[in-house]
Amino acid sequence: MTRWAMVADLRRCVGCQTCTAACKHANATPPGVQWRRVLDMEVGEYPNVKRAFVPVGCMHCDDPPCMHVCPSTATKKRADGMVTIDYDLCIGCGYCAVACPYQARYKTDRASFAYGKAMDDEQARFDAGRVAVATKCTFCADRIDAGLEKGLKPGVDPDATPACVNSCIAHALHFGDVEDPASNISNLLAENRHFRMHEELGTGPRFYYLWDKVRS
Amino acid sequence: MSFGPRPWQQRHWDWRAAANFVFGGAGVGLIVAITIAWQDSPATRAMMLGGAALVGLGLTGVWLEIGRPLRALHVYFNPRTSWMSREALASLPLLGCALLAALTGAFAWALGAALSALAFLYCQGRILQGSKGIPAWREPWVTPLIFTTGLAEGAGLYLAASVWIADVAPAALTLLSALALARVLVWRGYRSRVARHCDRRALAPLDAAGGTLWWAGTVLPLAALIFAQLAASAAAPLATDFAAPLAALAGLAALGAGWLVKFTLVTRASFNQGFSLPVLPVRGTRS
Repeated sequence: MTRWAMVADLRRCVGCQTCTAACKHANATPPGVQWRRVLDMEVGEYPNVKRAFVPVGCMHCDDPPCMHVCPSTATKKRADGMVTIDYDLCIGCGYCAVACPYQARYKTDRASFAYGKAMDDEQARFDAGRVAVATKCTFCADRIDAGLEKGLKPGVDPDATPACVNSCIAHALHFGDVEDPASNISNLLAENRHFRMHEELGTGPRFYYLWDKVRS
Repeated sequence: MSFGPRPWQQRHWDWRAAANFVFGGAGVGLIVAITIAWQDSPATRAMMLGGAALVGLGLTGVWLEIGRPLRALHVYFNPRTSWMSREALASLPLLGCALLAALTGAFAWALGAALSALAFLYCQGRILQGSKGIPAWREPWVTPLIFTTGLAEGAGLYLAASVWIADVAPAALTLLSALALARVLVWRGYRSRVARHCDRRALAPLDAAGGTLWWAGTVLPLAALIFAQLAASAAAPLATDFAAPLAALAGLAALGAGWLVKFTLVTRASFNQGFSLPVLPVRGTRS
């Protein structure tokens, strides 16, 4: 069984936000909406301060609280692990947004554009169906599905890989099938020590963070 | 708006969502109190309608909150797992039975409304508990808190309304005192548990509301109960004159304190948990 997952190597991420920009470009999200964003975290006090850049977004959880609370069944989970939103069913109640421990969901009550009035490219890609409903990272599901139909391998072939992963200048972001022991991300997880965000909540996030190599 | 890593106040649910908990909770509490003290009369029927109207007002708040109000009926689509769907479903027999009870004066309809009201109230608590993104809500004690405060608010409203439109039922004051006491005990349990995993900025407004809950929502009803008992035993005219207004004040105070706690919980204590790293990256070691 395929189970798509993402891996972020915290040792490599430089916080350039290229993934954020690529996501916004690929998905035409409005101002203030960042399905993929990178946190700049400082820990400690001078002179012992450390800094980490942490990509976050929808974790496509194994047991997504957003899906359970959704009263309209708009939020669903595909067999390959991707959590999706049906914009035609969503009522925009925001319950999923407060249920998500990763603050990955957005709702824009009205159409908004970078400079107030829609520019030509914004107008061309504007989707009224995404106004006043919940939206979030899709793992670029359309791109992956289209790539699979062409026989491409997600996480390896760029045309079948999420935009944020393709854009990463530092090779910090990776995507692949975590159930396939020979996949790129399975190898990364085997070679490196890793954790998942807020794992204690039991949501089973499918976004892994590498932080050190495995020491024998 | 901050996007972390420190916790920040959620903005998805505002006063409109809070209205559902504030008015809906008090409305169902009132329906339960009426049913416990059921005596068919125009005043009782009017109060039953009032309870239903409060529930309707709360649901209207939710309707105003949702982004796509014309799709409101989709809220019924997921009773299998969503407490919001279950709350919406419970509201149907609740409002239906309450209206029939008000029309016919039959206790059976009132009983149906009260049972649905209890289910509705429980669902409200579970709605908050299901919100895993908000530490102050996901604490399991939030469900008994919402449940007991809804009942206490309803008993307070019933007492105040009784003073205004009918005689004060001594049992109503006893009921209010018992519920107020139960509520403050649950509050203490909730407050001690939630302190373990809540941001300090969420605890500050909760504590302010908790103070009101203690003095106005608990001490005042208990004082009114003691005063009423003394007035009844002494049969002093002056004390008797003061007993009814004090009972009404105690009822309204119990109601207001509960509303304040719920409004604070939904709109001011609803900080998320932000982001945190259990370990920091060890750089320069990638194989």
